[in-house]
Amino acid sequence: MADKILHAVYDDDDKLMDAVKDLKASNFYIDEVYTPFPVHGLDKALGLKPTRLAILSFIYGCIGFSFAIFMMNYIMIVDWPQNIGGKPSFSFIENMPSFVPIMFELTVFFAAHLMVITFYLRSKLWPFKEAENPLPSTTDDKFLIEIKFHGDGKALKAAVKKTDVLEVNIIEQKESK
Amino acid sequence: MADFSVCYEFKRKINKIGLMYKVSKNIKILSFSLMIIGALGLAFSFYSAPKTIEQAKEMVADSHGDSHDEDHGAVSSHSGEDSHYENDAHVENDAHSNSHDEHLLHKLQNRPWSALYVAALFFMFLSLGTLAFYAIQRASQAGWSPLLFRVMEGITAYLLPGSLIILVILILSSMHLNHLFVWMDPDVVAHDKIIQGKVGYLNTPFLLARAVFYIAGWNFYRYISRKYSIAQDNSSDISNHTKNFKWSAGFLAFFIVTESMMSWDWIMSVDPHWFSTLFGWYVFASMFVSGITTIALITIYLKSKGYLEKVNHNHIHDLGKFMFGVSVFWTYLWFSQFMLIWYANIPEEVTYFITRIEDYNLPFFGMIALNFIFPLLLLMNSDYKRVNWFIVTTGIIILVGHYIDVFNMIMPATVGDKWFIGIPELSGIAFFAGLFIYVVFNSISKAPLEPTGDPLLKESEKFVY
Repeated sequence: MADKILHAVYDDDDKLMDAVKDLKASNFYIDEVYTPFPVHGLDKALGLKPTRLAILSFIYGCIGFSFAIFMMNYIMIVDWPQNIGGKPSFSFIENMPSFVPIMFELTVFFAAHLMVITFYLRSKLWPFKEAENPLPSTTDDKFLIEIKFHGDGKALKAAVKKTDVLEVNIIEQKESK
Repeated sequence: MADFSVCYEFKRKINKIGLMYKVSKNIKILSFSLMIIGALGLAFSFYSAPKTIEQAKEMVADSHGDSHDEDHGAVSSHSGEDSHYENDAHVENDAHSNSHDEHLLHKLQNRPWSALYVAALFFMFLSLGTLAFYAIQRASQAGWSPLLFRVMEGITAYLLPGSLIILVILILSSMHLNHLFVWMDPDVVAHDKIIQGKVGYLNTPFLLARAVFYIAGWNFYRYISRKYSIAQDNSSDISNHTKNFKWSAGFLAFFIVTESMMSWDWIMSVDPHWFSTLFGWYVFASMFVSGITTIALITIYLKSKGYLEKVNHNHIHDLGKFMFGVSVFWTYLWFSQFMLIWYANIPEEVTYFITRIEDYNLPFFGMIALNFIFPLLLLMNSDYKRVNWFIVTTGIIILVGHYIDVFNMIMPATVGDKWFIGIPELSGIAFFAGLFIYVVFNSISKAPLEPTGDPLLKESEKFVY
């Protein structure tokens, strides 16, 4: 059971990337990395599994697309038949070109909104949630690697010191957590 | 960012001879046999085209068995945008039916010419689209693509012969050897008020002058950019690279204006009554996606032969993204053009699409499947863009689709409902494909496959998607 946390702070994303690669190369498990912006290639360097959000986005898009077809068919053809472009055919397929912008918009709308909501749920984020990042400056210009360990962690500290690190903090884990 | 000193040190280490491509025997045999087959097929199509109205009527009667088809032709020219003979209200009834027969003859005579013209345009577009893509890479100083520069330069080598062939076809048309451009016929103009209003722009000397201007401009940029690109290989500073950047930025401004005007002159004017304001963009999207696809296909071919070692799946992935994105862009423009005209339903505009939906139903809607639905579904997944055979399959579908796109732009106005993809069309494709393959691979073999002096080469090698 890990009882201590090491925080290594960096002031540059390239330094952070090099450090992550070095630490992974010497087989240390990195629990979390806090960065002010998405760092390109960090997920690969950390060995994270590829996101499945893309698959969901496709499915959400399909739902939006189907919803648009259902909605436009009901509104414009079934419930209150409309004369579209001077061609009163009252057939969905013949009036389809005029519905394409709506199909497109709803596909994007569903994919985007449901994807954001999924992302929030999956990351356990909600409005007024208290921030979890240990160092407020990781929202500004600092990058932080968090590694949990127990014992004295000599090898870990030595390895972290070898990287181009700005400062290293060791935090004793509180009981109440 | 590029590390110049490392790059130059690296450059000196390379054995340049090892990077040269040699045109294989198979490519030579393939290109020459395609050219010969194509030339024979085209010669046959020109030979077998009808010479007189009687022959034309006979051909239609032979191939369709009854007179039904002739009625259909008459209906289509009443509704169609190619009804210039009918525009004159004073034509007598007798002369009216004669003009139908003459129209039929012209349509049948036009077929080999149109087949030649469509294929010539399509293969020239591959080259021109690639040139635009290349200029964008140069002007934006893209870091991922320098490894592919020599492939692109090879493809753009076809621009000179390709565009000159178009010029020759235009000159032959202006000499009334065919009826591709009805507005070139003084008799038609004399009876057509709409064309008369456009004569200030749409007249033969001005058209040819413009064509010479576009072709000279594009080929000048191609020449100068290739020159600086080769010179950069052996230079010790980046002055050639900088000059290339400036010329490319200038070319892009020149290109987007001339490309748009080219599309009005060479394509839209076959339907001289009809116009669409975004037609230039639409043609651009078509040539852009076909050009990018060609880059991907030739890169994958060269890689399969053991060349372009440093090009990896990251570069293919990026080309795949462009193929996907520009296919969607093309569809967006196609739809924007279609929907507005379809919705507004103004007779002089909507005839363009009525002819296509009635007489060209399969190629018109089939093209949407080939150019939109296939690339959308096949290339949507990120991993699939890294699989060569996926890119090749989709690439072939895209190229076929955009050939049909050019086919749909020209044929309805020139041959009307007398279209078919038969000997003339396939021979045209074969001939120009052979010429294209020969010129492109020959040009690729002329310079090292790696632009060894490019300051962004290192970045391109390290590029990870």
